[in-house]
Amino acid sequence: MSIESIISEFAGIAASPAKQLANYKAEGKKVIGVLPYYAPEELVYAAGMVPFGMWGTNDKGISLSKEYCATFYCTIAQLDLEMLLDGTMDQLDGVITPTICDTLRPMSQNIRVAMAKLKKMPTIFLAHPQNRKPAYGLKFCVDQYTNVKKALEEISGAPITDDALKNAIKVYNASRAARRDFVKLANEHCDVVTPTKRSAVLKASWFMLKDAYTEKLVALNEELKKLPDCDWKGTKVVTSGIICDNPALLKIFEDNNVAIAADDIAHESRAFRVDVPECDDPMMALAMQFANQDYDVLLYDEHSSENRRAEHVVDLVKESGAQGLIVFMQQFCDPEEMEYPYLKKALDAAQIPHIKLGIDQQMHDFGQAATAIQAFADVLSMQK
Amino acid sequence: MAEIEKTAPAAQPAAPAKKPKKPPTPGVAALRKVVSDVYAAAWEAKKAGRPVGWSSSKFPCEIAETLDLAVVYPENQAAGIAAQHDGERLCQAAEDMGYDADICGYARISLAYSAGVETTNVSRQMPQPDFVLCCNNICNCMTKWYENIARMHNIPLIMIDVPYNNTTHVDDTYVAYIRGQFDDAIKQLEHIAGKKFDEKKFEKVCGNANRTAKAWLKVCNYLQYQPSPMSGFDLFNHMADVVTARGKVQTAEAFELLATELEENVKEGKSTLPFPEKYRIMFEGIPCWPELRALFKPLKTNGLNVTAVVYAPAFGFVYDGLDDLCRAYCKAPNSVCIEQGVDWREGICRENKVDGVLVHYNRSCKPWSGYMPEMQRRFTEDLKVPCVAFDGDQADPRNFNDAQYETRVQGLVEAMEANKAAKEG
Repeated sequence: MSIESIISEFAGIAASPAKQLANYKAEGKKVIGVLPYYAPEELVYAAGMVPFGMWGTNDKGISLSKEYCATFYCTIAQLDLEMLLDGTMDQLDGVITPTICDTLRPMSQNIRVAMAKLKKMPTIFLAHPQNRKPAYGLKFCVDQYTNVKKALEEISGAPITDDALKNAIKVYNASRAARRDFVKLANEHCDVVTPTKRSAVLKASWFMLKDAYTEKLVALNEELKKLPDCDWKGTKVVTSGIICDNPALLKIFEDNNVAIAADDIAHESRAFRVDVPECDDPMMALAMQFANQDYDVLLYDEHSSENRRAEHVVDLVKESGAQGLIVFMQQFCDPEEMEYPYLKKALDAAQIPHIKLGIDQQMHDFGQAATAIQAFADVLSMQK
Repeated sequence: MAEIEKTAPAAQPAAPAKKPKKPPTPGVAALRKVVSDVYAAAWEAKKAGRPVGWSSSKFPCEIAETLDLAVVYPENQAAGIAAQHDGERLCQAAEDMGYDADICGYARISLAYSAGVETTNVSRQMPQPDFVLCCNNICNCMTKWYENIARMHNIPLIMIDVPYNNTTHVDDTYVAYIRGQFDDAIKQLEHIAGKKFDEKKFEKVCGNANRTAKAWLKVCNYLQYQPSPMSGFDLFNHMADVVTARGKVQTAEAFELLATELEENVKEGKSTLPFPEKYRIMFEGIPCWPELRALFKPLKTNGLNVTAVVYAPAFGFVYDGLDDLCRAYCKAPNSVCIEQGVDWREGICRENKVDGVLVHYNRSCKPWSGYMPEMQRRFTEDLKVPCVAFDGDQADPRNFNDAQYETRVQGLVEAMEANKAAKEG
């Protein structure tokens, strides 16, 4: 298949998750919604079900979820609830609700209460440990994942065997590796893999079984590798934030010849940076993967007196060959907001220009963002 | 969590003129002294070259107390600064540093102070930290807030993570996880204090903390009397003690003294409420500290006494042994499931005989306000009392609107009147 046709297939899936959900259900598969962040999707896959990412939507307004939630909450969480209430996600067989931020804590309760009231689907609660590296943190993580495993087994009607889980881990590690390769290739061939296409390819991974996804992505990567070196005349940035998947916003990058060299986005690279160790105890292996997650605004940093996360982002900019960074500040996202001053400090110290754009999934007019990105592109082009 | 004692008036040009106050009762004076002593001890430690810690309000205070470490509490400080009308200035200072205006007001005030912005509230000035104690049973914002402070000062952070709980029961897996962290925290603090952890002293401190908790709960329970021997707002003022000095015997003694005074009030039919109690309400959430006067005014006009606040069970950490202590610290208002939260509130509403509920949607506190619409539905359904909400903020006055608040209180009064009339047939 050609690069264009593979990307187009991914773009179609990324743009129509509801259709994808209906297709899986038509095949007789059970599908489990998975809210952010860091839920062990491998367990869902090992149970023979389809994990289905829930990162809000760019295509809906907030209406029914107002019955449960005040306005000053992240729109990703509000729109997830909206889709659970308005019928969009009615075909799900269950939903996993992690609770690692202050919005997801009460949202886990709202979703549980609402789903029970409406007799829609079981909810699977997950509380990750923040002190995740010591033995007691690993143990607690295994305990929590065991709860998730049991709940999934109830839904699927069959036990999740160690062998199935080990296989799931292999499948996911391969998928993560393919996505990391893709991100590098997208940088090398940014003339072909534009920001909207890059986003569509990565976004589709949330709505596909990972073996099928990886097969297509590996094929795409192979085609990209055959391309001649790209002589990019525009500028390159690293993106940072929770999510940046709105095609209308990403189109502004393209209009201004701004390529994405790498990302520090929760919905993108933060989700596939760390593999699961392949060992004899697959539940512990999943906990170890979570323990090894690092440089994330959502996670406690045991080296908190240092500025490691910001330095990691600075390194990402330098190593990817970007000239600057664009922060997509998700409105009402405390963890991102709390870490911005120190990110700015590290960027300024490294003389890396950046801009911060406030976004949420209810935004449809990107006039201000267009002006800011255009001006930023001019600044970066002078630095090349 | 929020708490404040009545601070001594400092140079506060923005503060409205105050009427001469009645002298405090011996119990209230003792409680104020306890908090003043906490701040004084921190200054004394700093001057003597001993380490000073900043602690989140629901970090297990028993460890630092056992090791004789001086500890102060940024939440108490932020509430005090906000109540003395210096909060907006510090919030803005934090915003100038790059912290978003949507971040918790306490955190912004604290981060500005940590960066060196001094407050005009002299009673809440405190030495900069040599270590920080973070327990996120209150919120996860706390984690990043304290990491930022640790980074500013290049100091150690001792973290006790309390994951959110989805059931009313605290599972043994939670206890084991917290116990592991507790043991590590002891080792880290032994190093900071330069001394060994004395188990016998720890038992004594736990004894004090339990005695304080029981005395605090006893004080809170006086709101059950009808009419109440105190104004519910008094509890907000006394929270400073239960936050900053749970493990000290003086705190237990001061609360016990206050309880005797309230007992006298009951016998003599007196109250600290400066108006006749016509209706009794639950105030849901942290008060808007910069707007205490504005909060109180329509309550006074309409004869509403706050006889229920969820703080009462929230800080009443009564436990027996270390595992039970870990279990107790899992039960903070923002770390428990909705059923537990509803149960606590409805329990005190029933015991304290409320006629209505006034809900504060607090822009500073996402975990607290995040399931409040569902709670409101349950209060109305289960308690058969009206429930009214207003928008505000615990520390940033820019998020509070006087007119909206007064209208909402008026609405609550009318609904309570209608409810009463219907009951009386």
